[in-house]
Amino acid sequence: MIKLRLDPSSGVATYLQLVHQVKHALRLGVLMPGDRLPTIKEVVSDLAINPNTVAKAYRELEREGLVVGRPGLGTFVQRSLGGGSMADHTRFRSDLARWVHGCREAGLDQEDMEALFTSVLTDSLREETA
Amino acid sequence: MTADRMVGMFGGGSGEFTPPVQSPTALEAIGLAKRYRGMWALRDCSLSVPAGRVVALVGPNGAGKSTFLHLVAGLIAPTRGSVRVFGEPVGQRAAALARVAFLAQDKPLYDGFTVAEMLRFGHHLNPGWDDALARQRLAELDIPLNRKVGKLSGGQQAQVALSVAVAKRPDLLVMDEPLANLDPVARHDVMRSLMAAVAETQMTVVLSSHVVSDLTNACDWLVVLNRGQVQISGEVDELLATHRMLSGPAELADGVAARMPVISDSRSERQADLLARTGPGTPLHDPRWSSSGVNLEELVLAYLRRPDTTSLPRPTLTIS
Repeated sequence: MIKLRLDPSSGVATYLQLVHQVKHALRLGVLMPGDRLPTIKEVVSDLAINPNTVAKAYRELEREGLVVGRPGLGTFVQRSLGGGSMADHTRFRSDLARWVHGCREAGLDQEDMEALFTSVLTDSLREETA
Repeated sequence: MTADRMVGMFGGGSGEFTPPVQSPTALEAIGLAKRYRGMWALRDCSLSVPAGRVVALVGPNGAGKSTFLHLVAGLIAPTRGSVRVFGEPVGQRAAALARVAFLAQDKPLYDGFTVAEMLRFGHHLNPGWDDALARQRLAELDIPLNRKVGKLSGGQQAQVALSVAVAKRPDLLVMDEPLANLDPVARHDVMRSLMAAVAETQMTVVLSSHVVSDLTNACDWLVVLNRGQVQISGEVDELLATHRMLSGPAELADGVAARMPVISDSRSERQADLLARTGPGTPLHDPRWSSSGVNLEELVLAYLRRPDTTSLPRPTLTIS
């Protein structure tokens, strides 16, 4: 079961932070179809937030077809997110790890790498739409 | 708790998080006023809060928060006006009082009682007492039932008081400064435990505080009292969505300020920062202006500094 967190300084609405975290877990395979999300009571007694906020986040996830609520049982993951197979993910992750290692050796810091990655990603998306 | 209220909140429908459908009104004050020895503690307060909300009642000391809460709980009678809880006039029928629990600022506990005796006392006084709920909550918090209340920490005493109030199974829980005198960890623990109780029972909560940051994520309705009058009453998300901080050239500030209500206005020689209430019909097209969101604390502070401004829903006709 995943544990939801909050970043009070992010400026992102609380319910959206919850939505993003669940999606992130779905992309990384931390959450799989059939997994149960924490109940509203579990989330609020952990984070001290309003139950309606969690309900709103779960409603949004249900609207997108990612989870389904079963009365009396809980909220369950319906489908995962992200393309590619698990094997592909593993391969790309190790490719990326090698890349990060190379960058570090060349003296790049985290911000340099993020900037580089974002710029390549942006270029590639631009080529696609061009 | 009636079945239709359960369905109105998280129960029923397709899952545990069905959207609220037409919540009934939990709390309604009309022209509520209270005078003590010639001084008006509260003047002409009118507001309406839907059921299932957690309401933050904020305002400076002496703004009338305690007076308002005592009127809601039926502990004092208004000088003028009326207050209704779930449609019932407060203070006229025992049935209406049974639906409300009031947690006073000085925790209503007896130091010489053990926690178990405190529960028995609560059981004796309240017909709808849910002993299992009280014991379960205290067990989850690791509070020993055989300990004398006076020997517990401040945070634990607050938790016992909250558990006694929740075990009454009220539809409306009214709390006067429940977080005062608690350290930051205990404050967070009390709010966690309160939110769990709200998730479990779907009760409506009104709590007062002068520390807005403690309430930011817990409350979904904001009421600001200032100088005995209601300055804001509304849904937190909506208030945040309709207020923006606008920054731009000082020489254009008067023009902007003329088009929308400005709550705070801070200007230097060149730049102006206006906290404004922006409706859907008042977009800002001028690229020289930037607009950013505000948080609850900034919003409350801006209003408190300008007691003459209000943000209230348009008056609606009430049929009584």
